[in-house]
Amino acid sequence: MTQVARKPAAPGAEPVATRPVRRLLPSRRLERTLAVLTPVGLLLIWELAARAGAIDTRFFPAPSSIFHQMGVLAQSGELWTNTWASLRRLFIGFWVGLVPGLALGIAMGLYRPVRAALQPLVSGTYPIPKSALLPLILLIFGLDEPSKIVMVAIGVFYPVALNTAAGVANVSPIYYDVASNFGASRWNVFRKVAIPGAMPSILTGIELGVGLGLILIAIAEMVGAQSGLGYMIWNAWQVYSVETMYVGLLVIAVIGYLLALLLGAIGARLTPWRNGK
Amino acid sequence: MTVDEGRDVASTTGPAAAVSDKDPADVHISIRGLTKQFDVRGSTVTALDSLDLDIPRGQFLVIVGPSGCGKTTLLRMLAALESPTSGAVEVRHGGEGRPGNSMVFQGDSIFPWMSVWDNAAFGLTMRGVPRAEIRESVGHYLEKTGLSAFADAYPHQLSGGMRQRVSIARAFANDPDVLLMDEPFSALDEQNKTLLQAELLRIWDETRKTVVFITHSVDEAVTLADRIMVMSAQPGQAKAFVDVPFERPRDVLELRHLEEYGDIVYDIWQHLRDEVSRSQRQAAAAPATGRRRRR
Ligand SMILES: Nc1ncnc2c1ncn2[C@@H]1O[C@H](COP(=O)(O)OP(=O)(O)O)[C@@H](O)[C@H]1O
Ligand SMILES: [Mg+2]
Repeated sequence: MTQVARKPAAPGAEPVATRPVRRLLPSRRLERTLAVLTPVGLLLIWELAARAGAIDTRFFPAPSSIFHQMGVLAQSGELWTNTWASLRRLFIGFWVGLVPGLALGIAMGLYRPVRAALQPLVSGTYPIPKSALLPLILLIFGLDEPSKIVMVAIGVFYPVALNTAAGVANVSPIYYDVASNFGASRWNVFRKVAIPGAMPSILTGIELGVGLGLILIAIAEMVGAQSGLGYMIWNAWQVYSVETMYVGLLVIAVIGYLLALLLGAIGARLTPWRNGK
Repeated sequence: MTVDEGRDVASTTGPAAAVSDKDPADVHISIRGLTKQFDVRGSTVTALDSLDLDIPRGQFLVIVGPSGCGKTTLLRMLAALESPTSGAVEVRHGGEGRPGNSMVFQGDSIFPWMSVWDNAAFGLTMRGVPRAEIRESVGHYLEKTGLSAFADAYPHQLSGGMRQRVSIARAFANDPDVLLMDEPFSALDEQNKTLLQAELLRIWDETRKTVVFITHSVDEAVTLADRIMVMSAQPGQAKAFVDVPFERPRDVLELRHLEEYGDIVYDIWQHLRDEVSRSQRQAAAAPATGRRRRR
């Protein structure tokens, strides 16, 4: 990561002129390298410590054994089945929560009477830990797929509804005046003012909701499920396969990370006016 | 577009100065006994008190007055964004399918989520004007306001002066019968202000639409106006009318050289002086009632 390591762009190029640029590049590269080096370094230390017997491998098995176990689970198909089961529930639950969350949030944001009637109810039930609802949901929806999907949906619904309502209600009144002065129809006020004005807030709600959905699906799958990453982790505890537990955690972390990237990219597409801000 | 509360229209006749000496058939906007009251925490604030005013077609009318005297309220009633408590606003629509009025709002009012082009095209798009026509009109006014190169930019990438230009382009492109402008340049520095005043006059000279322009700058008023209405402090009333006889097109800078320019500025300041100090005393006496929904 030094200047020496970089080849000159062209033989005989003026070195003085390129110096400021060169100074910038390595530091940015350094940051990226550090971002990769830190976890890799930690894994290495962990591996060495496990092999040297410095840490208890019953709780912290060596990374190499975790990755080995991952290979085993992948070959047996168990990993894919469980990952797919969780993703599927997450996906369906997301839409089941998103659609009513958006609809209710918009109605609450646009119409004061709706807000007055529903805000206390929604805000009041929001702080209830969603995981504490699981027994009730299991009672109502049974042990099969519906209860898992409903748990995800609840997790998505609340942040989306509340953030959408706040976003729509907080669009500055001057924009509605402009729309009215320039003859916008009701539909256009909705489409051109209310929704784009609230979009950043809506996207925040969706990000929060997906994060919550991921937590809730893992919890829901630990109780009475026969598939899913939550089930895999719980089952690993019962058969005392610590490596499998770590594999489950790792996959969930990777899913969470990839979903955040995906939502970030979708958000950037939906709010192009915020780019580079 | 007619706002008619049906009250007091016949019984009130405005003071002689309020009515222009032009052909009365050419009156574009006729305001009679216009009053607006707001309820602010149980007490009633009279923002505008029985105002009479005739604005001839094609006149550039500038309204000056101390802040809080009801200028914005008057403009919002002309735009039918607010309804009068009593009195009437009658607008004689002369346009064939063109909108009654377009407003350049006080403060930032262009949509942050639309490009400069889409902002300027907003009114035309909302009215369903054919695309080719929109392209021509928006292109024209973006060029006139020096924004052609920024058509695809978003407002946060622009300076305050450029954002005000977008707001002006949006209003002009909409081709309204009346232009309502609420302190469009008040947030700008002196150089930008002068630049935009010159730009505005240049654009206005193309069409000579009826304009109602609000400002708290006396210089701006004299620079732009055919006629100036000086308003009294709360409750807002017409205190004086001053004609500005300078010929058009005007040179914003050369104008200030003229002896008459100084005379008119001085004249307006005389009218304003007592009003400004009166409004300051009011503000000092009742600091809590000044809270408002908007800037
Ligand atoms: N929506 C409103 N609610 C209550 N009071 C208002 C409202 N709009 C304006 N007012 C009051 O009316 C008076 C005139 O306001 P405004 O027309 O904005 O003044 P100006 O534009 O001349 O500064 C002020 O005292 C203001 O507080
Ligand atoms: Mg005002």
